[in-house]
Amino acid sequence: MRKIYADNAATTALSPMVLKEMMPYLTTVYGNPSSLYKIGSDAREAVDKAREKVASLIGAKNSNEIYFTSGGSESDNWAIKGLCRALKKRGKNHIITSKFEHHAVLHTCKALEREGFEVTYVDVYENGIVKPEDIKNAIKDNTALVTIMYANNEIGTIQPIKEIGEICRENKIIFHTDAVQAIGNVPINVEEQNIDMLSMSAHKFHGPKGCGALYIRKGVRPDIFIDGGAQERGRRAGTENVAGIVGLAKALDLAVSTMEERTKKLTKMRDRLIDGLLKIERSRINGDRLHRLPGNVNMCFEGIEGESLLLRLDLNGISASSGSACTSGSLDPSHVLLSIGLPHEIAHGSMRLSFSDDTTEEDIDYILEKVPEIVTYLRNMSPLWEKIKKEERNN
Amino acid sequence: MAYSEKVMDHFSNPRNVGEIENADGIGEVGNSRCGDIMKMYIKVDDNIITDCKFKTFGCGAAIATSSMATELIKGKTIDEALKLTNKAVMEALDGLPPVKVHCSVLAEQAIKAALADYYKKLGIDPEPIVGKIQEECEGGACCNG
Repeated sequence: MRKIYADNAATTALSPMVLKEMMPYLTTVYGNPSSLYKIGSDAREAVDKAREKVASLIGAKNSNEIYFTSGGSESDNWAIKGLCRALKKRGKNHIITSKFEHHAVLHTCKALEREGFEVTYVDVYENGIVKPEDIKNAIKDNTALVTIMYANNEIGTIQPIKEIGEICRENKIIFHTDAVQAIGNVPINVEEQNIDMLSMSAHKFHGPKGCGALYIRKGVRPDIFIDGGAQERGRRAGTENVAGIVGLAKALDLAVSTMEERTKKLTKMRDRLIDGLLKIERSRINGDRLHRLPGNVNMCFEGIEGESLLLRLDLNGISASSGSACTSGSLDPSHVLLSIGLPHEIAHGSMRLSFSDDTTEEDIDYILEKVPEIVTYLRNMSPLWEKIKKEERNN
Repeated sequence: MAYSEKVMDHFSNPRNVGEIENADGIGEVGNSRCGDIMKMYIKVDDNIITDCKFKTFGCGAAIATSSMATELIKGKTIDEALKLTNKAVMEALDGLPPVKVHCSVLAEQAIKAALADYYKKLGIDPEPIVGKIQEECEGGACCNG
């Protein structure tokens, strides 16, 4: 049976080239970067080089604006909690974010609400894109931070980051973006795009799990989040994950250098797949078709439930995600799909496919063959579909 | 969250899918907002459930519990079917993840709804025999949105 991994938004395969780069730091160069002897200073040198590489790949002015963390969630938590707690001392206790952020941001904002912060959750509309003027209108004298994701993790819609950054700059408000899904897939330049803080995670671009980074513009001072040793210039304690850091830098380098070609290839595949799947009656594509990540397809099929669709896809060798309730352990449908205005019963029937450079045209052909078969099978056993068809006949 | 092999078996090859023409009882429970609807059809002959079929909109556990519930009551007397509990359905499937327990409750309720409909058709008030049917889900997290 054909095996297709179509859940690259969840995580990606570690690139063999990245693993090769990491290997010495998992084996012979095991020194602590804070130690003075040779294998320590060799490790230090590797971390410094990785920092410079990452800085240059996102257009940061200085490599000491890059801080390595354990991943996207830590970066988001540090950026948001750290900055807001620092600015609260100056009377700023208002945050602006959107309704469809990743839970690493949403739940962090909820935690700050419990600490007394006020949070404005701006709308994302049917196309899944934040309107910069909504951000502008939400700004108050006590606004500490605006945090808007670069690209949505479920529907892949890309946000007007530069414009939002400009508004923040004009109003002297710090702007953070969770770029976990976007980085390596779209060109990012923190200087040109007015970004003050940016979160990334290595395993989303064929790097290792457990390693991420936070870009913090010089002069922006979030409170320290992990107290301890003097690592990361005294702002994030803990012995460096040297192999992970080396892997992150190598993976980002590869992702950025192959971006243009890969984007062309994936966009073409994505659009062919969407056009093909839209031929299924009562199906819809979720989120803007143009302003979306090249490898993201997110669709709903009325009358069926997402988990049973993805289990059947799995039985056919296709690894996908439903974005529905059932996978997350909650019974609510995806907050992202509800935020773009889908009713509960349609949001339950969602499917997310996310591709990588390893995806082939043959994979797309196979998915185009299997998905309609599975949708028909599940609809044939669905009393909801029966109702939908009955209503159709009566109208 | 992982499903047992039995759940996956009943999900992959569900037993008794479909409708029964001229069914003696039809029960439907759940709602589309919560993501689960189960519809059960029964044929009764001389107090015995001679046939039982289902149609389900829902997750893997919803389909597997529907399938198992039909298997558990087919060929049984009405009295035996009335005694079917969600626990028995779960046990027959080697357990369900905690978040999916409500699916087995829905399966039990769907069988009871079909039996209630059977009594109604006979002109007998089903409530003293079958009890109150919970046609909607329990109003858990899924219904708050």
